[in-house]
Amino acid sequence: MNELMPEQFMFLSAALFIIGMVGVLTRRNVLVIFMCVELMLASVNIAFVGFAWEFSQMTGQIFALFVIAIAAAEAVIGLGIIMALTRQRDTVDINEVRELRQ
Amino acid sequence: MSSWLFLIPLLPLAAAVINFILGRWFLQHASQWLATLAVAGSFILSIPVFLEIVSDEQAISQHLYTWIPAGDFDIPVTLFVDQLTATMLLVVTGVGLLVHIYSIGYMHGDPGIYRFFSYLPLFVFSMLMLVMANNFLVLFVFWEAVGLCSFLLIGFWYRRRSAASAAKKAFIVNRVGDFGFGIGILLIFVTYGTIEYAGVFDMVGDASQTTITVIALLLFTGAIGKSAQLPLFVWLPDAMEGPTPVSALIHAATMVTAGIFVLARAYPVVSQSADAMMVISIVGIATAFVAATIAVTQYDIKKVVAYSTVSQLGFMAFAIGTGAWIAAIFHLVTHAFFKGLLFLGAGSVIHGMHEEQDMRKMGGLKKYMPITYWTFLIGAAANAGIIPLAGFWSKDEIILGTWLYDHTVIMVIAFITAFFTSLYMFRAVFMTFHGEERFNPDEVHPHESPRIMTIPLIVLAVFAATIGFIGFPPEDGWFHHFLINAFPGLTLPDVAWSTIFIFAGISTLIALSGLFIQYMAYVKKSISPAGIAGLLGPLYKLAANRWYLDEIYDVLIVRPLVAFSMFLWRFVDAQVIDGTVNGVATLVTYTSQQWRKAQTGLIANYVFAIALGAIIIIGAFMIFGSNLFQ
Repeated sequence: MNELMPEQFMFLSAALFIIGMVGVLTRRNVLVIFMCVELMLASVNIAFVGFAWEFSQMTGQIFALFVIAIAAAEAVIGLGIIMALTRQRDTVDINEVRELRQ
Repeated sequence: MSSWLFLIPLLPLAAAVINFILGRWFLQHASQWLATLAVAGSFILSIPVFLEIVSDEQAISQHLYTWIPAGDFDIPVTLFVDQLTATMLLVVTGVGLLVHIYSIGYMHGDPGIYRFFSYLPLFVFSMLMLVMANNFLVLFVFWEAVGLCSFLLIGFWYRRRSAASAAKKAFIVNRVGDFGFGIGILLIFVTYGTIEYAGVFDMVGDASQTTITVIALLLFTGAIGKSAQLPLFVWLPDAMEGPTPVSALIHAATMVTAGIFVLARAYPVVSQSADAMMVISIVGIATAFVAATIAVTQYDIKKVVAYSTVSQLGFMAFAIGTGAWIAAIFHLVTHAFFKGLLFLGAGSVIHGMHEEQDMRKMGGLKKYMPITYWTFLIGAAANAGIIPLAGFWSKDEIILGTWLYDHTVIMVIAFITAFFTSLYMFRAVFMTFHGEERFNPDEVHPHESPRIMTIPLIVLAVFAATIGFIGFPPEDGWFHHFLINAFPGLTLPDVAWSTIFIFAGISTLIALSGLFIQYMAYVKKSISPAGIAGLLGPLYKLAANRWYLDEIYDVLIVRPLVAFSMFLWRFVDAQVIDGTVNGVATLVTYTSQQWRKAQTGLIANYVFAIALGAIIIIGAFMIFGSNLFQ
């Protein structure tokens, strides 16, 4: 059990992705949704790194670094928006914010 | 002389353009003098041209410029004057000048006077170019241009609904004839490869007899429209809605004779086809007869003169059809003078009666307007063919021609028509000027027209009385020997004096009998016109209702067209086309309204849609695009 099989990280990645997606779909707290999105990004990173290891190529590794950097930037913006939202509306319930309706 | 030939049409054109641009704001009433002077200039310039043609006996021409140069095919704008054109020049500018002078009095105070004196010289210009063209295309262009001027002038008082629709009627009815005319010119080009008179006339014999007949008939179709022959003459009586000087110039003296002129111009073609000549003579005599019977029954003084014009144009047409070419042109000339006179006289009566046109409300005007009376009488007598006035010589010669060229049936009908001519002419004279006064003297004060209107009447009366002598003696006069050069191959018939006397005698007898009957009817009152009308019953009704031609057109053409237009409007346009456009718009609106509901504003819904979409796309890609499941 010293050899890493592709199935292993694939299942890990898929499981994390689905957990994240279900979280996004079902939760109403905007902060939790945000964390679920981060979870989905992390799952993709695992897939990238895993395949890079599997095929001995650097491309996936570099992509993972890019994703981490972008996720950091996105987290700043996302948290900023959430801060502004909570200050204005005094709520973190996503269903209370329906500004995009017709 | 030929080097300033171009000035003859240019002067009226310049006056028309200047009056049209500057008339409204600067010239106003001055426009009338500009127009009159321009036409006077054309007239004065036409005289030496005419004299030169008389002395040299050959045509002159002046090339102005090439209109359409296209390889071998080019259309020159060349002024061409031969004996026929020279005659027309004098008639057009001469009568035109008198009508311009008369109009100064008649149109006095009309707010649109600058428009009137812009259209009128424009018409003179177009007519001059029409007669001076040296090819069929330029002829056609100005043929349409005179039609346009006619339209503009009939509808001059465009605020009157009847005038506007009369103008439209004239234009549309003429389109029917012009369509045939245009095809005729195309056929000439296809057949002969050129449309210049000289080229075509040299090669006439090269085409087959059928082609020549078709060309001649198509040209005559144009003449049917323009010269108001059966069955298209219905526009001319309606054209009387225009100002009376317009009726005199355009719808009596000049434009309506354009059809006759074109037939004479195309003499080398038309004379080659006996069948076409036959058709022309039948249409002509039918027109002459039908219009004369209608004229007897009309009460509107202008309508009487208008139907008389149609009838006289019929005379000219069947003169050409029977081969009496010179008599036709002779009648064209004399008719221009006496019919111009009659119209201007009628205009003078209408003017003096405060715009009253119904002869039933006139009578006894002789003592109020003596100059109008005497000049109108001369015109009427000339039209009726009383010796020795102008109409007698030309009309008698036309009838003589039918006998000389063996058209006995036409001759008989022509004599009957001449009798009707005398009837309607003297009926108009006696109803208007003699008998009791049938107007209300408290309301209407008949007065003689101002001198600017009576002088043209007197001048025209002098011509109407004497112009016939240019054709004396019959078939051998100065005019015949002059004009014969324009008709190569035509010879003057040798007629015995006894024949001439017999025909002159019969003509005079017929004319005088018409005079006598109307004198008894309207002056002596010993014959009751109503009684005769009752006696004739349906025949009278037929004539009084203009042979129901307007009604026939109404049922056969106008109503189906209107119904079809209504169908196109109410159904095709309002329902099919508008329905399609509005339907598409409604569909889009409805669909959008439905889709709006998807816009809930709940982010969870959007995310769900995105996730679902991603799953479907990836799923589809995996099922169909990869080999994972295969």
